[in-house]
Amino acid sequence: MESTAKAPVLVVVQLTGGNDFMNTIIPYTNPVYYDSRRKVFIPENETLPLNDTLGFHPSLGPLKELYDNGNVAIVQGIGYPNSSRSHFRGMDIWHTCEPDKIGNEGWLGRTIRDLDPEKGNVLTGVNFGRGLPRALTLTGIPIASVGDLDNYGVMASISEERSRSDLLDSFKQMYASSIGTGPVMDYLKQTGLDVLKGADQLKDAPTKYSSKIEYSENPIAKSLKDIVRVHLANLGTRIFYTTHGGYDTHSNEMPTHPGLLSDLSGAIMDFFQDLWDHNASEEVVMLVFTEFGRRMQDNGSGTDHGSGGGAFIIGDRVKGGLYAEYPPMERARWEGGEDLRHTIDFRGVYSTILEQWLGLETTHIVNGTFEQIHPFAA
Amino acid sequence: MNKLATKIAANERSDLAHLMRRAGFGTTPSELDAFVVRGYEAVVEDILNPETAPAFESDLIDRYFSGEPIYMSSGEWFFRMANSPRPLEEKIALFWHHVFATGFSKSEHPPSMIRQIEMFRHFGLSDMRTILVELAKDPALIYWLDNNENRREEPNENFGRELLELFSMGVGNYSEQDIKTASRAFTGWTFTQPLPVYPNGHFMTEFLYRDDDHDDSVNTFLNEEGQFTGEDIVDIIVKQEATARFVCRHLYNFFVSDEPQVPAWGTTPPQDPEAVDTLVNAYFESSGEIRSILRVLFNSEFFKTSRFERIKSPAELVAGTIKLTGTHRFPSPQLLDLDTAATLMGQQLYNPPTVEGWHTGKEWIDGGALNERVDFAVREMANPSAPGIQEIITDLRKDDEPLSPERFVEKSLDILGSLEVSSKTYAALLDCAKVSGGLDFNSEESINHGPESVHRMLQIIAASPEYQFA
Repeated sequence: MESTAKAPVLVVVQLTGGNDFMNTIIPYTNPVYYDSRRKVFIPENETLPLNDTLGFHPSLGPLKELYDNGNVAIVQGIGYPNSSRSHFRGMDIWHTCEPDKIGNEGWLGRTIRDLDPEKGNVLTGVNFGRGLPRALTLTGIPIASVGDLDNYGVMASISEERSRSDLLDSFKQMYASSIGTGPVMDYLKQTGLDVLKGADQLKDAPTKYSSKIEYSENPIAKSLKDIVRVHLANLGTRIFYTTHGGYDTHSNEMPTHPGLLSDLSGAIMDFFQDLWDHNASEEVVMLVFTEFGRRMQDNGSGTDHGSGGGAFIIGDRVKGGLYAEYPPMERARWEGGEDLRHTIDFRGVYSTILEQWLGLETTHIVNGTFEQIHPFAA
Repeated sequence: MNKLATKIAANERSDLAHLMRRAGFGTTPSELDAFVVRGYEAVVEDILNPETAPAFESDLIDRYFSGEPIYMSSGEWFFRMANSPRPLEEKIALFWHHVFATGFSKSEHPPSMIRQIEMFRHFGLSDMRTILVELAKDPALIYWLDNNENRREEPNENFGRELLELFSMGVGNYSEQDIKTASRAFTGWTFTQPLPVYPNGHFMTEFLYRDDDHDDSVNTFLNEEGQFTGEDIVDIIVKQEATARFVCRHLYNFFVSDEPQVPAWGTTPPQDPEAVDTLVNAYFESSGEIRSILRVLFNSEFFKTSRFERIKSPAELVAGTIKLTGTHRFPSPQLLDLDTAATLMGQQLYNPPTVEGWHTGKEWIDGGALNERVDFAVREMANPSAPGIQEIITDLRKDDEPLSPERFVEKSLDILGSLEVSSKTYAALLDCAKVSGGLDFNSEESINHGPESVHRMLQIIAASPEYQFA
């Protein structure tokens, strides 16, 4: 296989449920924050200041370390007009770049198609987790979706070598394409053949890997470790995707949100440390996003679905700092009178990464032209 | 052989196999024989009235599986799906679990989750008014959608919004104001605080109505004005045509043929609008009784001709496979493995990822999930001691006639529920059958190797693309 090890790689981390941006990057000197958040707030003396007005949530120590190192671009106030407060719709919009109608094509599905138009590599896009996010779906584009990297392979549990090999022969015979069986069956068969090919290539990734990093025992740490293992195996993967759930903090936000942020930021730090140790970080950029932010005001125990939120772009080649503007705090400028107002369209941030990092044409991927930011070092 | 080599003319046996895949989790060969004797319409009536069959005997399984954590309950549910004499009771509970998706991940409180599914078993075939009111009183749901935080002074819209968007009418049929009114009407609907978890484990909680926390202001809801209680809101919801259409499309999607994902319903019409119209008529004729709608559905032509048009959900694939192999007719610790298997296929029971539930149909299939599905089914079929496989072997040799390779293939497919396969799959099965020269239990060769070739045949069927469809 042609080595593509140094081609730019994008790792996308989806925070599912709507992360509370205002309790992630905290306007710790702004009285409106403390007026709006009567119960769900971080006291000024607990934030980790990044400048005179904003501070990280206290559970984001590792992320702040990366920020201080110049590796983190904070995209403040990311969103889109007329934000949907529904998780389903909200996530769909982020996945398909279609705010006004239901889209079936994922923006990363299109990205993978453009990165590998000949479908030469079934591992150009790899998802870690349960089910395939719509962001990665595009009919005919193969995506490997790995629940458990250590036990991955077709009929891997059939241990007897000869009978497994016979079964695999039958499998190939049955899944070979044929005409006129309908789109769902065609899709299913192609998926079967792609799995066969991808599993064959992925099976050595865990054994080749060794590392000094001891990742924590939590789902996001496991996923990011798996991404490192596959990246280091040089299989030509350009897009990695994983999700971290639990951010729908309508209630009990004060005890639950810190744990999520702590797992996340610890895992991100271990991920980059591991890449640094293996001299494999330069080609990697990570995007962390969520489907919406939450309300300006809390509900007494948590926060309800809102609009504008925040994202992070992280990597060696990132020019760390603050991008776009923090959502305006004055009550008169709250979106719909209740939410954080977005100051940059998420499709502009996608375009930024697609064009400036992956070197792709963006308009047909994000369905339009949007203002970009410039978070990459020359 | 032509392309659909084993496409058979529909007959009562294939209709019944189809019915039981949809209304239950398949059949064993002997069950199917008994259903054929009883006849299609009589079987439909039997399953629509679960109380005519003996209740599931839970004593034995409760002894082993009544505790925490939730994957034990998930194992128990698979056991019930495969073994309950009331298959539709389990299937309708699964249906509502898809629609009213409530996740364990937030509460981590097993008793309320278990009770919610039990509520679906009990009320799942009744009318929409009863179902929605029971749902609104369900402690697991109340906590999942924060209705315990929905206070007169601080309304929380989570339940009000999802009630309209995901549980009854579908997006586009109500306003933001309707959400606010619905939310206010359900202020005060909460649950009793259970005893603390330590030291004795989790305790049950009950629905609690707190009049002092109920907002009784006058509001408008779907063009009606009043001081609404939660029941009033449900009364208005269930008479809306949007509700009938939404619920019937869900039933069509789950029992007949895969529809696009729910968010597309506002803009994409149903694939068979006449079928949905038929069900909507049944909804209004029966005051929204699910049992009556399903009676129409199961007896319809559009249902009978929908064989193998749905991708099995992971729960259907797992439960259907163990029902066939009979691996779990008695409780065992291995039941817990079924939870892991379904989870890796993308469906952990009691734990849908969000309130929107699982994406179904084609979206069950991606590289990782397909791999897990095939692996699980093939592994199950490899178990030589499984009683279901012993029964299949007995069935295959019933007439004691030697089976040609072709007959061996066709009879195997028939016994497994009148399965239909493509010419490619047929060829793969025939190759397998030819290795042993068909099946002849009178010959020395087959007595020694017959069971092995049956296992191999079943494994290839389980690995086939067709096995992914119900």
